[in-house]
Amino acid sequence: MSFVTIFYGISFYVATLILFIGLAYRIYEYSIIPAPLKIPTPPAPKTKKGVAIRLFREVVFFESLFSATKWTWLFGWLFHFALLLAAFRHLRYFTDPVWFWVSWEIVQAAGHYAGYMMLFGLLGLLGRRIFVDRVRYISNPSDYLMLILIISIAFTGLLMKWFHTDIYAVKMFFIGLMYFQWSELPSDFVLLLHLSLVLLLMIIFPYSKLLHAPGLFFSPTRNQTDNARDQRHIADWAKRIESKK
Amino acid sequence: MAVKEFKKPTLKEYSSIPKLVESATSHLAPFKSKEDFQKSLGYPGELVDNWEEVALDKMGDLLKKYRSLRVYMDSCIQCGACTDKCHYYLGTKDPNNMPVGRQNLMRGVYRKHFTLPGKYFPKLVGAVDLTKEVLDDWYSYYHQCSQCRRCAVFCPIGIDTAEISMAAREIMDSIGVGQKYCNEIIGKVHKIGNNLGLPKPALADTLEGLEEDVEEEIGVDVKFPLDVKGSDVLLVTPSADFFAEPHVDGLIGYAKVFHQAGISWTLSSHASEAANFGMFIGSYDNMKKLALRIREAALDLGVKRIVFGECGHAWRVAYSFLNTLAGPFDFLDSKYPVPQHICEVTHDLINKNVLQFDKTANDGKIITFHDSCNVARASNMGDIMGGQFSLPRDIIKATTNNFYDMDTETIMEKTFCCGGGGGLLTDDLIELRMKGAQPRMEALKRVVEDHGVTHMAAICAICKSQFSKAFQYYGFELDQIISLHQLVGDALIMNKKEL
Repeated sequence: MSFVTIFYGISFYVATLILFIGLAYRIYEYSIIPAPLKIPTPPAPKTKKGVAIRLFREVVFFESLFSATKWTWLFGWLFHFALLLAAFRHLRYFTDPVWFWVSWEIVQAAGHYAGYMMLFGLLGLLGRRIFVDRVRYISNPSDYLMLILIISIAFTGLLMKWFHTDIYAVKMFFIGLMYFQWSELPSDFVLLLHLSLVLLLMIIFPYSKLLHAPGLFFSPTRNQTDNARDQRHIADWAKRIESKK
Repeated sequence: MAVKEFKKPTLKEYSSIPKLVESATSHLAPFKSKEDFQKSLGYPGELVDNWEEVALDKMGDLLKKYRSLRVYMDSCIQCGACTDKCHYYLGTKDPNNMPVGRQNLMRGVYRKHFTLPGKYFPKLVGAVDLTKEVLDDWYSYYHQCSQCRRCAVFCPIGIDTAEISMAAREIMDSIGVGQKYCNEIIGKVHKIGNNLGLPKPALADTLEGLEEDVEEEIGVDVKFPLDVKGSDVLLVTPSADFFAEPHVDGLIGYAKVFHQAGISWTLSSHASEAANFGMFIGSYDNMKKLALRIREAALDLGVKRIVFGECGHAWRVAYSFLNTLAGPFDFLDSKYPVPQHICEVTHDLINKNVLQFDKTANDGKIITFHDSCNVARASNMGDIMGGQFSLPRDIIKATTNNFYDMDTETIMEKTFCCGGGGGLLTDDLIELRMKGAQPRMEALKRVVEDHGVTHMAAICAICKSQFSKAFQYYGFELDQIISLHQLVGDALIMNKKEL
């Protein structure tokens, strides 16, 4: 077993633990903090079903962002959609036998072109950060670095079109990690760079603004029903004040 | 501290997004609350010695009590969608008045003290300590937010800056740095029952005067009852309605509606204030105490329904919080929602043909309607989606012949705040108020020029007071702002035979 294989094998275990435990812990934290008052923004649904539809539209179409700024919406939505397509394509490295729909030509091709779409979206977002004075003012070094990190991941991913690696061996490496039967990872430079950047992204996810992903589902302005007159909505800590009086 | 002169903004044909000017309004901050006002609300009288520690403890406490605060501190992507949505940014050009800029004043401290990257790589993520300079910025800019929630509508995550500015004010109060305007007023309500400190005899006297005025004008004996036990309706209305123009014309309108519909109603001297300034300072305790006065009055007077007058923030607390804070209201008539808005009452009576109007009485006016921020973005009416937009417009259309809406980007859920909400309606912030009114004034100017609009109707006491000033400042007439129920009252056909 080469050093590269052992290093990346352990790193992927650690990063996966950090990502999933970190994220699960954040979600647990959010779920135990009460929202003591009803604060949904309009158009506020009256029912839970309505909330589900609202969240679906936000997650899938970025509806609020669309009404706020078309450019950020375009770049942001293209990036996220491309990310999804690229993720579908990558499923072939983690499923054995490969799920039938993942092996469809259209899914694989879409995943490939999504790489360019992702770059386009990300460069657009980076451009806004640099050229729009208001967005430049609010940008911290981490905001640029985060974009550069994901741009680099997309870029090194696309580079492998030209700097080939043994993708079957890569697949066996990941399947091996999943089933605890390790196999060798090819030590091609572009591949290792691509994987290192992904590891970094996995590790910082639960500690960064990437938390906007679970955040949306816990955002009271978006996930509450508008029924304050019909139902009291009292938090545990507020109940304690109530019984004292 | 004198209020400095400032350059008057010019109203443009079309609103545009200004280039930012750093620290443009860092000199603006409201007067600080005096020691006795602070203490009467249960806060330290002046800045405590270990204030940084106390403030961070309080922040940690709030992060565990309010999911909104915690999620919103973590989730901002700094995408910039909100940066041009705040009327104060558009009016002042100060980047700390961009919603995300305002949030980041707290987010920096949050990252430093409550997150790992902020602790170990502060420069990378913009984490800062809570220094005296940061505290001064907090005091200044968290009092340049009217908690109108326009930013929250556009944010892809739904981050609501109002939640953050409320928390900031609560933290500052807890270390002895309070705002004079809000805290003095809350003290008055706790002691006397309304924002103005108007005691019962003065209130009774004012209402008697109104009865005489109305009788003289229309020859109908419209009553303005106070503390009448056994009435059907308890009307809770902002105390400005008792004497300020154009608010009082709204109160006359409600009285005429009740009179004509034959609904027995009363005001209460104990709960003679609809507004709940406890919300502005983010204090659940104070908000609850103020809300309980309404419950006490309703129980004491033995009413069957509670109805709120035209008041934006009051309606937010009433619609969204009252049941939670002071409920359950199972002792009231379950046929009606608790509480009701006066517009719901009037709208319902119009639908049932109980009220008849002579629209020509309002023919001298061409009307537009200002959606008050807290009604538009934090409440509902009529239990239909968007009822808070359609009910007031239905009433205007039932009582007038000439109505035009302003630009769709500036009404309904996208409405601009008047510039005086959220505890900022004080003369020590007049520069901010006038600059913050600019986006609304530009939208108004366009309907004035395009459709000859003569009057803007509103359903909020703060909006009405703010616009009385802003209209004069921007070259309109003071009396072009009117109460929605003035239109109702003026057009309502009163049945004189019953006398």
